[in-house]
Amino acid sequence: MADAQILQRGQLSQPVLMLMFLSALAILLMALFMTVGARGDWSFILAFRGKKLAALVMVGFAIAVSTVAFQTVTANRILTPALMGFDALYILMNSVLVFLFGSLTIVAADPIMLFMLNVAAMVGFALLLFRFLFSDSTRSLLLVLLVGIILGTLFRSLTDFTLRLIDPNEFIVLQDFFFANFNTVNADLLWVSAIIILVVSAVGVSRLHALDVITLGRDQAINLGVDHTREVGITIVLVTVLVSVSTALVGPVTFFGLLVANLAYVLIRDHRHVFIMPAAALLAVICLIGGQMLLERLLNFDSSLSIVIEFAGGLVFIFLLLRGAAR
Amino acid sequence: MIKVSKLSKAYGDTIVVDDVNLDLPRGGVTAIIGPNGAGKSTLLSMISRLLPMTAGSVTVGGLDVSKTLSGELAKRLSILRQDNHIAARLTVRDLVSFGRYPHSKGRLTVKDKEHIDRAIAYLNLEPLADRFIDEMSGGQRQRAYVAMVLAQDTEFVLLDEPLNNLDMKHAVEMMKLIRRAASETGRTIVLVLHDINFASCYADHIVVMRDGKLAYQGTPAEVVTPEIMRDVYEIDIKVHTIAGQLISVYYD
Amino acid sequence: MTDRSLFLLAVAVTLGLALLSLFIGVSSVSLAALFSEGPDSRAMQVLLISRIPRTIAILLSGVAMAVAGMIMQMLTRNRFVEPSTAGTVESASLGILAVTILTPSMPLIGKMVVASLFALGGTGLFLAILNRIQWKTVLIVPLVGLVLGGVISSIADFFAYRYDLLQTLSTWRNGDFSGVLRGRYELLWITAALTFVAYLAADRFTVAGMGEAFTTNLGLAYKRVMTLGLVIVSIVTAVIVVTVGIVPFLGLVVPNIVSMFVGDNMRRGLPWVALLGGFLVMLCDIAGRLVRFPYEIPVGTVMGVVGSVLFLYLLLSRRTSHG
Repeated sequence: MADAQILQRGQLSQPVLMLMFLSALAILLMALFMTVGARGDWSFILAFRGKKLAALVMVGFAIAVSTVAFQTVTANRILTPALMGFDALYILMNSVLVFLFGSLTIVAADPIMLFMLNVAAMVGFALLLFRFLFSDSTRSLLLVLLVGIILGTLFRSLTDFTLRLIDPNEFIVLQDFFFANFNTVNADLLWVSAIIILVVSAVGVSRLHALDVITLGRDQAINLGVDHTREVGITIVLVTVLVSVSTALVGPVTFFGLLVANLAYVLIRDHRHVFIMPAAALLAVICLIGGQMLLERLLNFDSSLSIVIEFAGGLVFIFLLLRGAAR
Repeated sequence: MIKVSKLSKAYGDTIVVDDVNLDLPRGGVTAIIGPNGAGKSTLLSMISRLLPMTAGSVTVGGLDVSKTLSGELAKRLSILRQDNHIAARLTVRDLVSFGRYPHSKGRLTVKDKEHIDRAIAYLNLEPLADRFIDEMSGGQRQRAYVAMVLAQDTEFVLLDEPLNNLDMKHAVEMMKLIRRAASETGRTIVLVLHDINFASCYADHIVVMRDGKLAYQGTPAEVVTPEIMRDVYEIDIKVHTIAGQLISVYYD
Repeated sequence: MTDRSLFLLAVAVTLGLALLSLFIGVSSVSLAALFSEGPDSRAMQVLLISRIPRTIAILLSGVAMAVAGMIMQMLTRNRFVEPSTAGTVESASLGILAVTILTPSMPLIGKMVVASLFALGGTGLFLAILNRIQWKTVLIVPLVGLVLGGVISSIADFFAYRYDLLQTLSTWRNGDFSGVLRGRYELLWITAALTFVAYLAADRFTVAGMGEAFTTNLGLAYKRVMTLGLVIVSIVTAVIVVTVGIVPFLGLVVPNIVSMFVGDNMRRGLPWVALLGGFLVMLCDIAGRLVRFPYEIPVGTVMGVVGSVLFLYLLLSRRTSHG
């Protein structure tokens, strides 16, 4: 559909132009991120910063894409996987595993194996949660939102509780999980995360058109021949996997997805996911890298990016509520 | 044709549609009427696979709706329900383009574009084609949805209360258009209506439901009689013939 | 059994639990030791310096938080509002953080006053935002409050991170009585006075809970009742944040449970709310002391689990009762 439009009008459509602009900005920022203020051994700097950059890009992509997909299948623009407590759930799963198998086993275990086990458990739980909350179509969106936020609190308290049960002395060490930290990236998982993201994208890209149709709501999607239950189920699985990846890499981030998804809707004035998804992902990368550089290099506030994001995201959320977005 | 056999829907102990057997002929306009809570919309939803059935079966054009692939059915059968809420901002043309999804899976061909343009023209939506549907009136939005369903180009079209939100002028236009779509392109159109007079004036065939059961069916002349109307609606209804049309009068 | 004797029974149960609380902890305190070793014994010292203050602190803060929640629910006419779902707690924490960074030498009472002012400001902001929401429903109110609280705490996080005070910040946010000693909790008696004021003004709050028009019709100054309520809630929150840290969702869950049995007349409900508040915190604290003996799990964590589960129950059961 997009190609036809480009050819027909002989000029680039607005979403395509916007995507080009965002890509250019993202590439520029990435180049700056790798080079600005670098002194000394280049091979070390490139490797060190490269890892961080890769993590930021993957986290941005995972959060943005999962949020847009989640908002499409839940037919609103205010709900996000993080607001539904998905990433708090990931942390909880982690500590429950530690509780069940003991911290020694866990530390000794292959981090990749552990991660996979965690993702599997998450997907199962997320599907259950989703079915429970959305099976009854009359449940109001606000109720679901509120339940999600409280579930988040519950999961966090349970994690806290479990961690203290495991080892009250090492509680503080384990508690580091709670804060999103874009500086201390879990490097073990970079490769696995990259592979998972590629697989998820490969599965997802062929379903973008189906997601477009799901935007019309369940009835219309079925009318147009989309197997709604199946597509929504697959989407939730993919979303959960992406949330797991981003949480494993940097920890929970509540409002970031909301921020970039809504920014993408505003900038890309087109409903098609082929445009919205990459735009949201690029915006996420721009925010993360740009924000990180701004705070770290210019203002010398290290590690507070996640806090600034939560602040801005919270304001956007209240603004959306004021505008009646949850109606 | 649409063949409904022993179709039932129950929510717990509440039976909404109760053992309905119904054969609807190919071609023409069929109106389903009946009092509130008679199970009209539920019946339509089950015929169109939006709602799973508790018992019974439905075949549309020989395809069993609960067994056929949804994507295949979407090329034969289309359904439009009353409340359509969309979170995304779509233009009329975007929405109508979705009607081609079952055929093109999102990659529009030249033929698809013809269908879309024709459907937009059919509902006189050309001046509004690039407007966002959330900025339009209820009636305009309704026409946009009907255009989408027409662009879907299916043999069977099911419409649940298509006259909702429409004033008299637009309601009459909509019914004329539905009539025309049935006679010009030979589609089978089934709609749920609230207003008996619209049914008697524009439908070829009327199905009357009450308490989840099929109560009566036949041509307007056979069904729209004071006796049947009183039996179904439980108020006195006089039926007059005005300019060759059967008009029910139920204002005391 | 009459209402009165039922209430007295409940009081007795709570006091019994309080008595139990005196004898639970890492260093053992037994009746035998108290009597045999005399007033200067180690057991007596533990009792006087740690256990009795702790038990009193638990009762005082439980009562005050539950009553503060009840007042807020009356004033906002919403069942799901309490200091931790309205930005009050977060604002109070931000206030103390500001004082800690700017004038660390300020005495505790001064910190508390600043925290109260911040709490008042934050809650006022919450009410102002609510006023601007066109489409106000029961559920949107706590949602706005929770997120506003999040925004305010991210401001606090930002500065706490810079000044390396995150650890301190978390002690204000998560109630914990393990640090309560003689000389460190007495500020909490202020909340007892405020709870008493709330009881005296209970009828006014009940009336205000029926709306501005209704209140004015009965000849009461709506704004004044609102202000009184907000001041009480803000001071109570500030005191508790400063001394023991907040116990999440207590002020939400307790009044809702009481309302199911006693109804919404505040004069009748308040004693029950106060009692149940004290009881619940006492129960959670004792549980926290026993689950991983000899280590303690803070009451805020225990209540975070219990309170969220009860909150979820209230949310999800609401649909069936009100359609």
